[in-house]
Amino acid sequence: MTSPIAAPAAFVTYPGAVRPARHHWVDSYGVNIAVCEWGAVENPPLFLVHGGSDFAGTFDVFAPLLAEAGWRVIALDPRGHGDSDHAPLYSWDADVRDALSVLDAITPDPVPVIAHSKGGGMMLQLAEALPLRMSKLVVIDGLPSPEPHPDVSDHEQRRFTSKNLADWLDHRRNAAANFRKPGTLEELARRRKRMNPRLSDEWLLYLASIGARKDADGWRWKLDPAIRFGGFGPWRPDWSMSRLKTLPVPLLGLTATVEEEMGWGTNHKALEPLLPPGGRLVPFEATGHFIHIEHPRRVADMVLDFLG
Amino acid sequence: MTVFITHNQVKLALHTLREGDGPSLLLLHALGEHSPAAVPPEFAQWPGRVFALDFTGHGASTVPGGGGYTAEVLMGDADAALWMTGPASLAGRGLGAYLALLIAGGRPELVRGAILLDGAGLAGGGDKPGPLSIRGVPGHGKAPDPFALVELASDLRPPDYVSRFAELAAEHSGLDPAIAVCCKARPDWLKAVVATRGARELDLADAMTTYATGGR
Repeated sequence: MTSPIAAPAAFVTYPGAVRPARHHWVDSYGVNIAVCEWGAVENPPLFLVHGGSDFAGTFDVFAPLLAEAGWRVIALDPRGHGDSDHAPLYSWDADVRDALSVLDAITPDPVPVIAHSKGGGMMLQLAEALPLRMSKLVVIDGLPSPEPHPDVSDHEQRRFTSKNLADWLDHRRNAAANFRKPGTLEELARRRKRMNPRLSDEWLLYLASIGARKDADGWRWKLDPAIRFGGFGPWRPDWSMSRLKTLPVPLLGLTATVEEEMGWGTNHKALEPLLPPGGRLVPFEATGHFIHIEHPRRVADMVLDFLG
Repeated sequence: MTVFITHNQVKLALHTLREGDGPSLLLLHALGEHSPAAVPPEFAQWPGRVFALDFTGHGASTVPGGGGYTAEVLMGDADAALWMTGPASLAGRGLGAYLALLIAGGRPELVRGAILLDGAGLAGGGDKPGPLSIRGVPGHGKAPDPFALVELASDLRPPDYVSRFAELAAEHSGLDPAIAVCCKARPDWLKAVVATRGARELDLADAMTTYATGGR
């Protein structure tokens, strides 16, 4: 758990970016989960869930557009991300449980949920397990795909080699001693550009200014270095795909059409026949994985229309 | 003697049950159990050193808050122990048997044979997901961690995923068999493992003799 992010005003600005109005933590069985909010507390709640290695501040442009339209927008950081605790253990199921802890702390009623990337996969699971907690679901480039997902570790990716296993174990051996490389904000932004090549330098510098902390030897991303991309595990992507058909919550899926490092490789043509009744897929032309960052206004309008 | 080794934020208790020369045996306990205080009689014939590891959330090891247990992470517990003990034969009960198999595939150069024994947590949660659920349990900070019991009793073990670990152990360890199946229970994953060339059904005494003398 790091210092509250609502306290320092952003000193790097970005057009349209607004820091959250409120910040608090929710205790999920002993792990402190950071929660950011935009919009008036008395407005109806709307839940945002980001993807692996991101943090709630990545919604600083998108969330205010929803808040302006009359929603209380709530975004959480999964354990190890943003300002949430760095936890001893990480797992897909723990992330879903932590998200439910936050939801339970906000309201007992069903809420609409917008989720990006790995957050989408997590929220599909929450919708299936507890459909009465979710009124509608928007998944931004995070619907199931037969391809392994880059931001999901120790969950799936079944075709592993002895090298995959040894790399994973080496990472675990070093997890306690790992630390993120310090640098200037510009260096952090440049490093992130490798993973997010379509995002502007100006936006990435803004992200570094709110997603990193300043230590004596430089800035570091807050993300727990024990969290790592890639891995292996027993879950099969086709299980998620086949379960989509019976999803008991109205679904809007936005898909990217430009492949990139962090992308989920979701093929909207392959997914069409697997959609639940009434489910809709919207491919975004010439757009990468971060659809809501590339087209915040268009995505917000589409989502607001879907939420009614 | 007990030493504590670090795996991410978790302190793992590694107990030395018997000092000595010769090959090392590392005991891995079952789900919800902890390491024995002395070498159990069934392992008395082992000619070398005997160690026992408490997994995360068990015995004298850290009980973390908020769960998040997976077999893949706990495989890292066994790896941390091997880093201390050096190459060792493994004898695992229940969950420990499953984790012995995983680490035998993950560190074939360090695991000098994995002996699989009956015990709690051997079956796991089956080969495919049933109705999805989200489970939280009140923690009490004491071992065994209720989250470990809930999450590791239900982790999925598809036979084709699991048998890959046995194949990697067979391919890279130089042992025959790499996996000694000494338990009576046969969950689906274990049936698949038995069918690989890496595994053989043996009784415990024979398995120990095999591994104590180089594993062929």
